[in-house]
Amino acid sequence: MEFSPDLRTQHLLHLADNALILGQRLSEWCGHGPVLEQDIAIINTALDQIGQARMLYQHAGKGMNPALDEDQLAFFRTENQFLNFTMLELPNGDWAQTLVRQFFFDTYNYLQYERLTESSDPALRAIAGKALKEIGYHAQFSAEWVIRMGDGTEESHKRAQDAVDRLWPYTGEFFESDGFSAEAAVRRAAPLPSDLQPHWEEKVDAVLVEAGLKKPVLQWFQTGGRKGQHTEHMGYILAELQFLPRLHPEAQW
Amino acid sequence: MNSGLTERVLAVLETVSDPEIPVLSVIDLGIIRSVSVSEADHSIHIDLSPTYSGCPAMDTIEADIRSALTSAGFGSIHVRTVLEPAWTTDWMSESGKRKLEAYGIAPPEKRSGDKRALFGKAPEVRCPLCKSTRTTRLSAFGSTPCKALYRCDECLEPFDAFKCI
Ligand SMILES: [Zn+2]
Repeated sequence: MEFSPDLRTQHLLHLADNALILGQRLSEWCGHGPVLEQDIAIINTALDQIGQARMLYQHAGKGMNPALDEDQLAFFRTENQFLNFTMLELPNGDWAQTLVRQFFFDTYNYLQYERLTESSDPALRAIAGKALKEIGYHAQFSAEWVIRMGDGTEESHKRAQDAVDRLWPYTGEFFESDGFSAEAAVRRAAPLPSDLQPHWEEKVDAVLVEAGLKKPVLQWFQTGGRKGQHTEHMGYILAELQFLPRLHPEAQW
Repeated sequence: MNSGLTERVLAVLETVSDPEIPVLSVIDLGIIRSVSVSEADHSIHIDLSPTYSGCPAMDTIEADIRSALTSAGFGSIHVRTVLEPAWTTDWMSESGKRKLEAYGIAPPEKRSGDKRALFGKAPEVRCPLCKSTRTTRLSAFGSTPCKALYRCDECLEPFDAFKCI
């Protein structure tokens, strides 16, 4: 698909792609959760993410010329046209890796959406008002799990620390600036990502301390998602997500 | 604005229930934000506020509203989804809350400042069976996006509670 969205659209797609790709990953837990309650919890979270993605794609697509619908944006773009954070496309790993990733991202996302409720873009503001309530609920859930695992058994502590160490390099992408986020900040449509960093670190530090987990000391961070450069895992998740509508483009439920 | 017709539309909407919680009507849920009937052609305009972004019941609810109004003899029905202001459990009617408790689901309490969600504490939830407030949250999520799972420490029964948002 020919695709060269303007900066405003790129910003909305970045938000939508984060929600869709994480929702798609989390939905892989369906039927595989450690116990029934947690299976239900993580799938509810996936459902919220996919619902948010739909609203954001609808909003992004309406503003495009020619206008595109949510399905065209989700199912017919290629890998380098997706602008999500690379952390969100990583395989789920074990429960600790899934929940530590969720905690890092939920905390960022909550702070971001809190600011999006004051966006100069009225439709984005409305979506954010709705999504913030859900994200707040997710953020509390994932923080509780990080504390429970870090402060739990020797095994759960080890797995939680492994997850923190493994995922930490991917958190740098949250706070990077690029063309679309700078432009969104100038329009007062969204906060500058770097403005969120001190608040994110404050919350993350507090939870890691309570969980008895060590914060990695690191100089190098993963980058690329905001520019459409992804890990080797992205192609597989898109294949799973997109093959049916691509095989049967006119298929209806 | 034809008030007699609006009353009739509202009466029909009282009969449309949430497919996942059949004791609640769409009016009880507080998702109907406005109803207007055009004087000129009797077309109906309804503003609907979704509960959760990804709630799969919303499409069914919209279809149920259309079919109930069509069966009642109304034509030209326009349903619009409005996101702002975001739906809150504070919009649930008092009679809806009573029906919910009688059905065995703890109704939502008044929302406590959701800005504190990141550091927040769970609200006090009353057992719908024995009315004890000695209850424990088993899971923050339940069988549908709008519910959480609790256990009563007095009568020991597990129950669903409506999440407060
Ligand atoms: Zn009880």
